[in-house]
Amino acid sequence: MTLSVNQLQCSRGDICLFEGLTFELTAGQLIWLEGKNGSGKTTLLRSLCGLFLPDAGTIKWKGELTRSTEDTFYKDLFYLGHQNALKLDLNPVENLQVLSRLAGESVSEEQADEALSRFGLSGYEETPVRKLSQGQQRRVALSRLLLSKASLLILDEPFVALDAAAVELLQSVIVTQVEQGGMAILTTHQALPIPEEKLIRVSLDRYV
Amino acid sequence: MFDSFLALLKRDLLLALRRRSDIFTVLFFFIIVVSIFPLGISFEKAVLQKIAPGVVWVAALLASTLALERIFANDYADGTLEQMLLTPQPLSVLVFAKTLAHWLLTGLPLVLIAPLAGLQYHLSASTIGTLMLVLLIGTPILSMIGAIGAALTLGLRGGGILVSLLVLPLYIPVLVYGSGAIEAAMQGDVSLQPYYLLLLAFLLLALVFTPLATAASLRISVE
Repeated sequence: MTLSVNQLQCSRGDICLFEGLTFELTAGQLIWLEGKNGSGKTTLLRSLCGLFLPDAGTIKWKGELTRSTEDTFYKDLFYLGHQNALKLDLNPVENLQVLSRLAGESVSEEQADEALSRFGLSGYEETPVRKLSQGQQRRVALSRLLLSKASLLILDEPFVALDAAAVELLQSVIVTQVEQGGMAILTTHQALPIPEEKLIRVSLDRYV
Repeated sequence: MFDSFLALLKRDLLLALRRRSDIFTVLFFFIIVVSIFPLGISFEKAVLQKIAPGVVWVAALLASTLALERIFANDYADGTLEQMLLTPQPLSVLVFAKTLAHWLLTGLPLVLIAPLAGLQYHLSASTIGTLMLVLLIGTPILSMIGAIGAALTLGLRGGGILVSLLVLPLYIPVLVYGSGAIEAAMQGDVSLQPYYLLLLAFLLLALVFTPLATAASLRISVE
């Protein structure tokens, strides 16, 4: 299992965000994506998912171009962007169940309850997401991590809006996934408690 | 694949049930547009019967464009659309589930309320039957063509008006044959079969091609 990015170039309008970006990610590794504001971190993550069309370069998953084998790639992919992808009128359990169904996995109510309670949301299962705070909504979105079988996690600023306890919990969830042979790419300003040899730091400021 | 289809259909219907105002705005718009024509033109039976097919269909077209923007806009705003694009399911199937939900919530109520419009315009019982039947065949076509427009204008400023400009011309064939069928039903001695067959042909074409076209437009809009 490898994600390899070769000579990737992305631009927004006339501004070139980065060019010649090349890296490789194998099982059990984590990429910590760095760069100043506006350096194209989100754009890179979105183009890895296929939500943004890069100007040049290739993205390969297990040796195949992700653009031509979308179905197999999306089975292995878990993406969470700035938006939580939650329906405000549904309760957390309904939200988790619909999203898992869309991803092709079926999640029972008990499994959803358990994931929510690990993220400290027991007692809120029946509350419409609209009535939860920003941080709680983020926790609901992140509890999908515990239900997903995807091996590649792409997380855009996952720690935003979380309190210290939740940050610690999320760090441990990500680190466990990576240590069990998964892989992750994330942008964050928090340090991650992960051994140096498993951590790849990619700074976009060097590819301008 | 079928599971995701059902899950998405169920979700959209559930969301609409929790926010009922969205369904009723379309329905009341239709009723009001149909009701103000007699006030402005005439209460004479002969005149009303003459304008009925056109008025009912134009009101149905306008009412259905009213709700088009919402098909994808909410999902786009809260990020669920991105998650739909990133699933291993074929996007056209998910799009079809959303379009079907949209028709059940905006098209089907129009079909059911149509007899009320028919009574206002002194239509006979058999003509009202034809009216309901052509609306039943025609409104899904409107939803499906409209979905393409909604997908193309996603995220644009003033998308609501743009989508009407974009799709109303495409509704013309449905309007022509839909109101033609009602007129023929009023004359009584004309066969209605050609109208039904043509409308059904449009429906089949739309069923086959619009989910693919909508899915492609969505990918472009999100990029």
